[in-house]
Amino acid sequence: MSIFQILSGLTFAALLFVVASGFTLIFGLLRIVNLAHGALYLFGGYVGFTVATKTGSFVLGGVGAMAAIAAIGLVLDQGLLRFVRGNELRQVLLTLGVAFFLNDLSLVIWGGDSFTVPIPAILRGGTKVFGTYYPIYRLFVLGMGIFVFAGLWLLLNRTRLGALIRAGVDDAEMVEASGVNIQRVFLFTFLFGSALAGLGGLMGGAFLSLYPSADAEILTFSLAVVIIGGRGSLVGVAIGSLLVGLLNTLGQVMFPELAYFVIFGPMAILLAFRPLGLFGRAT
Amino acid sequence: MTMTPIVSEPSRIAGMSGRAAIVAGLVMVVAACLPLPLSNYQVGLATEVLIFGMLAMSIDILAGFAGRTSLGHGAIFGVSTYVVVYSTAKLGLSPAAAFACGVLAATAVASVFALLAVRTSGVYFLLLTLALGMIVWGVCVRWTPVTGGENGMRADVRPAMLLSHNAFYWAVLAGAAIVSFAMWRFVHSPFGLTLRGIRDSESRMRSLGYNVPLHLFIGFTVSGFFAGVAGALYAMFNNFVSPSTVALAQSVEGVLMMIAGGVGTLFGAFVGAAAIIALENVVSAYTERWQMVLGITFVLIMIFAPEGITGKLRGMLSRKVR
Repeated sequence: MSIFQILSGLTFAALLFVVASGFTLIFGLLRIVNLAHGALYLFGGYVGFTVATKTGSFVLGGVGAMAAIAAIGLVLDQGLLRFVRGNELRQVLLTLGVAFFLNDLSLVIWGGDSFTVPIPAILRGGTKVFGTYYPIYRLFVLGMGIFVFAGLWLLLNRTRLGALIRAGVDDAEMVEASGVNIQRVFLFTFLFGSALAGLGGLMGGAFLSLYPSADAEILTFSLAVVIIGGRGSLVGVAIGSLLVGLLNTLGQVMFPELAYFVIFGPMAILLAFRPLGLFGRAT
Repeated sequence: MTMTPIVSEPSRIAGMSGRAAIVAGLVMVVAACLPLPLSNYQVGLATEVLIFGMLAMSIDILAGFAGRTSLGHGAIFGVSTYVVVYSTAKLGLSPAAAFACGVLAATAVASVFALLAVRTSGVYFLLLTLALGMIVWGVCVRWTPVTGGENGMRADVRPAMLLSHNAFYWAVLAGAAIVSFAMWRFVHSPFGLTLRGIRDSESRMRSLGYNVPLHLFIGFTVSGFFAGVAGALYAMFNNFVSPSTVALAQSVEGVLMMIAGGVGTLFGAFVGAAAIIALENVVSAYTERWQMVLGITFVLIMIFAPEGITGKLRGMLSRKVR
């Protein structure tokens, strides 16, 4: 693989990390498999696109996408998921229903055309990296991925809230018994994880573009990342994203039509030895 | 406690079989007469109900009896549809040979899915079958030279003698009857009882010396075979296949039909399929937003009637009997 292809794999991995880390935060702490996550990504991308084109500001687009998706997350968690707490199958199917609803809603609002989020002037063009010209915007996405990873790592490992979240993953009742309002921590996690999907939508919308089946594609990749990395593990998501990102790029170079298949093989081999993923723990 | 269901089950079936046979016979007579008063369009809908009922039943074998809900069965179903259409259009196979190829391909794909999925349970099983199904969808969308991409493929798959709506309906009805009986026998066989044991307690079955992964593997593959039969019939019904046949929505609709009909009720699948297809047709008469309505239906069923229509009726009946 050339430097260009490796960089493309890394930037795709960075985008996947932003999306999948939100997915795994919710999965790990709340035990909710939010299959609407892909739809939240796409919806966030559309909202971000609209805000960014109307205001001419990429940053406002990001803020708008995150705020809108956090609001949808609030409705989803407090309005619907509260009725099916503790039943994983019902949660999975309910969130799938929400995904169908959101996809159709975005088809009504934005139609079936594909959109590309406009990139701000300073991120346009290319620059020389290791002797290859590479788009600055994609390097920015790579930087954002690293930034989100560092931020999440610090949040989880260096703050009181992070300690509560980690404790909540292991034993929610114990945390509750020690006088912490764990429900609020849960809600915060859900909103934050959703907002990350919205942010991913805006970021991805600028180089993958947004179209009606983009949600299913990003959801497949996110699932592969989480299946490989293991439930609720930040490092697992990072390594899973890197693997899936690089394999997908490799696949597109080697078998352009069957790129999906290339992530499937390693995932299969891994699952044969570690059914819970690289960093997954039995609960 | 451990052994009671296994011991009592055959006697319960034997006790019920006389009545069950009469009911099954009556249902068949009614179903066979059904197309006579109906229009061609309505016969088509009834055919669709039978085909998707078979798909929903194949999901129920796993969900209701082995405790593993698959979100990849739409893809297995669709692989069969693709292979039947492809082998008719591009390879020029006869309908019967194409049918066999489709079912074989679906069984093969199911066994690959099964190899990976039997090691997992609960949410991981859902996630994995979902991801595997989406990979199949991705391949069908992207592998344009073979699958026709988004445009799909067309072929006249139906054999000449089944060209009329009624003839095809009767053929599918006969197929559905055979498949239903086979599935019913399967879940009530000692093998099916073992699957139920695995659903209730995997560790108990393991310590009793059962090879749990092997049983799940066989259960999944058999279920995939039945989904393949449904998919091949769907190819003949539609004479067309496109990525939407293997899409997640197909798996999800199958699961919804299974749940609406009642998890673990097997024949409820036809009730669920009829309910969902009727809803789809009523809705599409007024609006194009079928996906939205499907999504809302899903949310409402999950909140208010997770045990499904048949399950709810059965619950009410058994309460009355008691």
